[in-house]
Amino acid sequence: MDFLNAFVALANFVIVPALAYGSQLALGALGVTLIYAILRFSNFAHGDTMAWGTMCAVLATWGLQAAGVSLGPLPTALLAIPVGIAGAAVLVLATDRVVYRFYRAQKAKPVILVIVSMGIMFVYNGLTRFIIGPDDQNFADGERFLISARDFKVMTGLDEGLAIKTTQALTMVVALITVALLFWFLNRTRTGKSMRAYSDNEDLALLSGINPERVVTVTWLIVAALATIAGVLYGLDKSFKPFTYFQLLLPIFAAAIVGGIGNPLGAIAGGFVIAFSEVGITYAWKKVLGYMMPESLEPDGLVQLLSTDYKFAVSFVILVIVLLFRPTGLFKGQTI
Amino acid sequence: MKKWLLASALPLATAGAAYADDAKIGVILGFTGPIESLTPSMAGSAELALAEVNESGNFLENVTLVPVRADSTCIDSAAATAAAERLVTTDGIVAIMGADCSGVTGAVLSNVAVPNGVPMISPSATSPALSSVEDNGLFFRTAPSDARQGEVLAGILGERGISSVAVTYTNNDYGKGFADAFEAAFTAAGGEITLAAPHEDGKADYSAEVGALASAGGDALVVLGYSDQGGKGMIQASLDTGAFDLFAMGDGMYSDALLADLGSDIDGSFGSVPWAEGEGADKFAEVAEAAGVNAESTYTRESYDAAALIALAMAKGGESSSAAVAANILDVANAPGEPILPGELGKALEILKNGGDIDYVGATNVELIGPGEAAGTYRYYEIKDGAFETVSFK
Repeated sequence: MDFLNAFVALANFVIVPALAYGSQLALGALGVTLIYAILRFSNFAHGDTMAWGTMCAVLATWGLQAAGVSLGPLPTALLAIPVGIAGAAVLVLATDRVVYRFYRAQKAKPVILVIVSMGIMFVYNGLTRFIIGPDDQNFADGERFLISARDFKVMTGLDEGLAIKTTQALTMVVALITVALLFWFLNRTRTGKSMRAYSDNEDLALLSGINPERVVTVTWLIVAALATIAGVLYGLDKSFKPFTYFQLLLPIFAAAIVGGIGNPLGAIAGGFVIAFSEVGITYAWKKVLGYMMPESLEPDGLVQLLSTDYKFAVSFVILVIVLLFRPTGLFKGQTI
Repeated sequence: MKKWLLASALPLATAGAAYADDAKIGVILGFTGPIESLTPSMAGSAELALAEVNESGNFLENVTLVPVRADSTCIDSAAATAAAERLVTTDGIVAIMGADCSGVTGAVLSNVAVPNGVPMISPSATSPALSSVEDNGLFFRTAPSDARQGEVLAGILGERGISSVAVTYTNNDYGKGFADAFEAAFTAAGGEITLAAPHEDGKADYSAEVGALASAGGDALVVLGYSDQGGKGMIQASLDTGAFDLFAMGDGMYSDALLADLGSDIDGSFGSVPWAEGEGADKFAEVAEAAGVNAESTYTRESYDAAALIALAMAKGGESSSAAVAANILDVANAPGEPILPGELGKALEILKNGGDIDYVGATNVELIGPGEAAGTYRYYEIKDGAFETVSFK
């Protein structure tokens, strides 16, 4: 019984939140990593692309809610995701046409593109705030919990509760489907293969008749989809606030680099590594150990390795260590 | 060189002559920056008080009070110091109504006010650190220190019989100062704080903080943050995981948006918020409305009171000098004397003129304690059926 209590406490406060957060980071990191692999620069505007796509989805959700459409226990926002993706796609394709294509034609160095993407980031930043404002927006509806802590306690008779939010479950399921689709696309379809070929060697790909503009367009479309899905899932799970999305950029980049930037598998692994290190290493083990240990050995202190102040430091220490010993990331990505 | 000196001295001399009867009051607030939406109403309220004094005709013989605005930016200490320096050296102000945010207020006080002997009254700086700062008796505030709110909140918890709590605060001067004050008051009263964990605003995920706080345990979670920032995120995550279901909240958490977002989940939670009620606040609303100033905005009452105190202190001292303001503020703010409400500054000036005593009550029931800061009235509220309900005033 005590063992079960300990496990449930751990699951409730570490495993479930970290899995959901990790899935959101993984989806974001996938977008970053794809752009790095194919367009060859680190896209600093990714967080704000997420914010923009989510904003479109939020507006569409409000429209659907006003029209009386609902998915029952599931959030209405799921229906609005395609609208969000379309909005994000229009924005990134327009940006590519107006800005990035110019630098691509000049064969600008990646570092120039990075700085350009920072400029884009500020423009997106302003656009999003201009339309929806800088405030918190709540657009989640439907059933909040798959199982709430209180219900779980009554059901199992344990002292500890386990809460699983609908949005957390949804995040993991949608992330899984998205990742599966992406890998199927990259490995099995003609367009996906041409993207990988373009990523491996641009000149060879050109010689074998691959249209580079088409590869770029498809890449942006996929990135818009990934960014919007990640953004909507995150917004459903927490809430939508443009500034927070901008700040998401940091853990997302950390995830992509730890995993090995340019490698999609690495992005997913990196997302979970960052999420678990943020939540896990600063966890206070007092409660869990209290259940596991005999009474005489129960800890008095919190048994916390590091104070929660250091949670960001932890993920960046991991980043530094990985780069020191495996400069290409956990999975073999490209060196930066 | 001589010519240049002469040329630059000339306009100064004529300016001095032309405005000999003006006493300039610096209004240093963050007209740009994070609180730029609040400051126009604050400045308007302060200038309202000065205008009222001028119109009464009972102020010092031939002296008119002239407000001079400057931008504190709320966050940039160097810019605020430069702005204040300019007011003192170029405009020759005799007193400062401001500054607003705690950080820049401290900077202006130690870099400009103290070296030049200019008194300042802040309407909105609440950091406890300002209570013990070296001020040569020049610093006052009409906003209460968060140290006081820490005591109030600890008292509320004591009243409810809650003796073990976890604390989370926003990681800045406000949150840290507030949390320290609360911790001191709560442990002194025999309470136990299981863990005090800071949270960063605007971050992606608060599971780590909530996990640690849940392990530490406690009967309630004390949230000293902002309702539209990490404070709400912490409450949301605590509710979701079932870590805590009772919350005690500081003033930054008081907002209708919080109720709208969290709904009935936080019924039964409670908190404190600085509050002005009663005759003074009503009277101020009346006066401000007549003058077209938004009285409902934050810290407008404190701003009106700050400016009024400067004028009354001058009248009491019988001259429009910095020394008169610094020496007489406590005198006019506190008992004994005739109680003075907003809109009655003319009456107050007449009493002072005739050598009488006044007790300025103002819009916020001004009572300056300790080193010259407002005791403050706090509203102790509880959330019932998705609305804030007043339990009592403290």
